[in-house]
Amino acid sequence: MLTFLALASVVLLGIVPERSQAIVIYTGWERHALVGSDIRLSCSFFSWRWTSEDVTFSWTYRPDGSRDSISIFHYTGGAAYVDNKGPFRDRLEFVGNPGRRDGSILLKNLEFADNGTFTCDAKNPPDIVGRPSSVRLLVFEKVPIQAGVITGAIIGVVLGLLVLIVVIYYLMRFLVARRVFSLSVSKHGKKKKEGSQQRQGPAPPADPSKIKV
Amino acid sequence: MLLILLGVLVLHLIILILLIVSTAASAWTVGGDRSSDLWYNCMTTNGGYHCKPASNEDWLQAVQALMILAVLFCFFSLIAFVYQLFRLVKGGRFFFTAIFQILASVFVMCGAIIYTVMSPDDAKVVFGYAYVLAWVAFPLCLISGLIYIVLRKKE
Repeated sequence: MLTFLALASVVLLGIVPERSQAIVIYTGWERHALVGSDIRLSCSFFSWRWTSEDVTFSWTYRPDGSRDSISIFHYTGGAAYVDNKGPFRDRLEFVGNPGRRDGSILLKNLEFADNGTFTCDAKNPPDIVGRPSSVRLLVFEKVPIQAGVITGAIIGVVLGLLVLIVVIYYLMRFLVARRVFSLSVSKHGKKKKEGSQQRQGPAPPADPSKIKV
Repeated sequence: MLLILLGVLVLHLIILILLIVSTAASAWTVGGDRSSDLWYNCMTTNGGYHCKPASNEDWLQAVQALMILAVLFCFFSLIAFVYQLFRLVKGGRFFFTAIFQILASVFVMCGAIIYTVMSPDDAKVVFGYAYVLAWVAFPLCLISGLIYIVLRKKE
């Protein structure tokens, strides 16, 4: 067991330096937004190296149905360059924090023509080998119902009601037993014995019919 | 006595299996090379078998929820049956079991009705086996629930 652990750790330490050269970029998978609203497209990366001063972020946009990408944002040398000629002129803003490996952009006043794929590419020299990550933007007139929302809501409500009914049922039984007990304490002990026998006599399942009606 | 018990238990298990198959199989509507609904729309093109998730319409999500609830309640009723079998006083009735089973049958009925009414009319598509199983499970479930109401634990 110990030798296996030792071997495994040596193998992992051997592998890690080679993998450490790859930078991993994270964006969302798909984003939904309403026409006219703003949306923040987030992009961050993971790198085994410290964040260098030459870190670069670049965003490219490919409209739905088109095969060409257009570059819309570039951050390099500590300065952000936003689109001033393309489809997003005056609508793009850099809201990221490169020091914290965040290269997010803000798209304002969305139009239907903004449907498409946004690709973020980040480089953290000397860690430059990596795959750009893409997020798909879907612009809607009104936000459609997501899969499973209504399903989950119905199931949750019904199960919640079930739990509530069971809890109330047992609570009522407990309280009624309590009340009978406390009532007969003030009276004779005989009454108490009668009361407790009456509780155990009829089968408990007889109660739900009374309570449910 | 023992035979009745065994028969009732076997019926309950059959109903549970029917409900599970009907809920899990995506074959409420079939037509040619396409089988769709509740969870996936699958198509057999010449390339192979391609599935995409079923539409997000609200009535379909309601049917999904009702079928899942029916399976859950049938399962709870099975557990309640086994529990009440050992814990019930002699001569008592299986009310909890019956209530869960009848609720399960009501859910299956509602789900099947909603699906029947709301599924889009198309000339080429017919209802698949999962849909038929749901409609078969509903009366069986109701009958099973009624049996539990009249069933009494022997002295």
